[in-house]
Amino acid sequence: MSLAKDSLYLAWCYLRHHRMKTVILVAAIATISFLPVGLNVLVAKSAQELMARAETTPLLIGARGSALELVLSALYFESDPPPPARHGEVDRILESGLAEAIPLHVRFRVRDQPIVGTTLEYLDFRGLRMEAGRRMVQLGECVVGAEAARVLDLAPGDVVVSSPESAFDLGGVYPLELTVVGVLAPAFGPDDAAVFVDIKTAWVIEGIGHGHQDLAKARAESAVLSREGDRITANASVVEFNRITDANRESFHFHGDRSGHPVSAIIAVPHDVKSRGLLMGRYASPDEPSQVVRPAQSMTELLETVFTVRSYLVAAIGVVAIATLATASLVFMLSFRLRAREIDTMIKIGGARTSIVAILASEVVVVVSMGLGLAGLLTLLTERFGSEMIRVLLTS
Amino acid sequence: MVEVSDVLFRYREGEFELRVPGLELARGEQVGLIGPSGSGKTTLLHLVAGIEQPERGRIAVDGTAMSALSDASRRAFRIRKLGLVFQEFALLEHLSVLDNVVLPYRITPALSLDATARDRARSLMERVGLAEAADRLVTHLSQGERQRVAVCRALVTEPSLLLADEPTGNLDPANKFRVIDILRDYAKEHDATLLTVTHDHDLLGRFPRVIDFQSIDSEPSRGKASS
Repeated sequence: MSLAKDSLYLAWCYLRHHRMKTVILVAAIATISFLPVGLNVLVAKSAQELMARAETTPLLIGARGSALELVLSALYFESDPPPPARHGEVDRILESGLAEAIPLHVRFRVRDQPIVGTTLEYLDFRGLRMEAGRRMVQLGECVVGAEAARVLDLAPGDVVVSSPESAFDLGGVYPLELTVVGVLAPAFGPDDAAVFVDIKTAWVIEGIGHGHQDLAKARAESAVLSREGDRITANASVVEFNRITDANRESFHFHGDRSGHPVSAIIAVPHDVKSRGLLMGRYASPDEPSQVVRPAQSMTELLETVFTVRSYLVAAIGVVAIATLATASLVFMLSFRLRAREIDTMIKIGGARTSIVAILASEVVVVVSMGLGLAGLLTLLTERFGSEMIRVLLTS
Repeated sequence: MVEVSDVLFRYREGEFELRVPGLELARGEQVGLIGPSGSGKTTLLHLVAGIEQPERGRIAVDGTAMSALSDASRRAFRIRKLGLVFQEFALLEHLSVLDNVVLPYRITPALSLDATARDRARSLMERVGLAEAADRLVTHLSQGERQRVAVCRALVTEPSLLLADEPTGNLDPANKFRVIDILRDYAKEHDATLLTVTHDHDLLGRFPRVIDFQSIDSEPSRGKASS
């Protein structure tokens, strides 16, 4: 006991005296031990987080193209917008009686927060609760996720403006002012970062629907180019509204057939397994312009790629770890050689071989233990806060 | 106390050879050992301390034949019975003054660092004027102070034989006499034997017996002695 105590004490004195060398060695061992373990924990947590959302989304329907882009856009509001599908697909699903259909329109943003055009069913489907205010029920209203409210500093009654896709495209989409009517409770997922609007509001942002001054009124006469029965042609001076208010809401209207309006994706919730099979069968034909995707399957394929990359990364870290440990061993060996005189003194005054070996071994043990302890602490922190970190990454 | 008879020691494949036909030091005797560099004075101290082993002959300390002991037993014997002081102090720079003094207790199971040992260490430090420096690193001390720490380390186990290898070689005149006097006073108080290697003729007057190492191999029993 005394041998261990005295050896540890002398080892500690040495390490404390050479604290810079000790800190570097401990940090190197901690880093190299933590990296593969921490990476595994993070990847496992990420997979868990990603799969959880994918597994709660039975089917996605969208235009043919990359299934992964469709999933990333519809589930995480990330990636470039997939090619648009037609809103008529929503009606087609509903009319089939095989599933509930929730449209999603994800193209625009308020600064970095995605604007998600959908229906109130989406909020119910994701179990999103209101923290303050109420749901969006009218054109021009929006409900913001908890993170979006924090980032944009929003509360019910505030106004946000959709960001133009390009500031220099005069013919492009014009910003629309949205009135915040509610803030969602934290859901710890991508919904927290979103600004939810009715899908018709999303179409207004896209320019498919618009409101302008009443051309039938005498005040707008200067903007009228021609009148042919009900058909009035106006010039560019007609005043278009960029904010939807109670006063001008009635003037907003949509041109064209609603079934042709764009949606990014449709969440389909089949009523049962049979309905699911039938619904998927409908999209099996190569002539079908839309595709059906099982998000869980797409995410599994994505994660398999991630796991493959991880295994290569872990192998690379393994090589670095061997190099680091070899360097650390070299540092210890050189240190012992440099201390030959000190060791010789201990031998000359009668130090026991076991005691001297124990002192030198204690130094290695203390450094390695501190390194592994630090790595363990980092792993615990990753285990504890990994989910939050991933959520932040997913929502930022 | 120390008996050396018919010792032959060689190393570097015979490049260096030391022969000591006979040398005896009585208990409580204080001896100065002089001789030219490279003559084997330090080697003789190492042989007496059991750090080196002769090819032939007998070395006994306090009646114990060093060659009869195993390496582990020789180390244990050395740390309990012998106190060694080196010219270069040989202190551990990462330790405080107190930790350097009690070092022998921490590097062997043959000794135990108890309250008595600590009190003895503090008492020695006080005696040599280092009580205030107990917690300071030895790197912050002057040369003279460092050698006093080394002397305290040699004395803390209350050895019956003190072997000092040019202990004043790096010290100024004031400090060299102080260090030698500390060693001599201890030896006198504890009836310990003191064998000091030195080049310094100023110090020889402090020793009742001086051995000239050049003539040691011609002396069959007690070496050449002078007062």
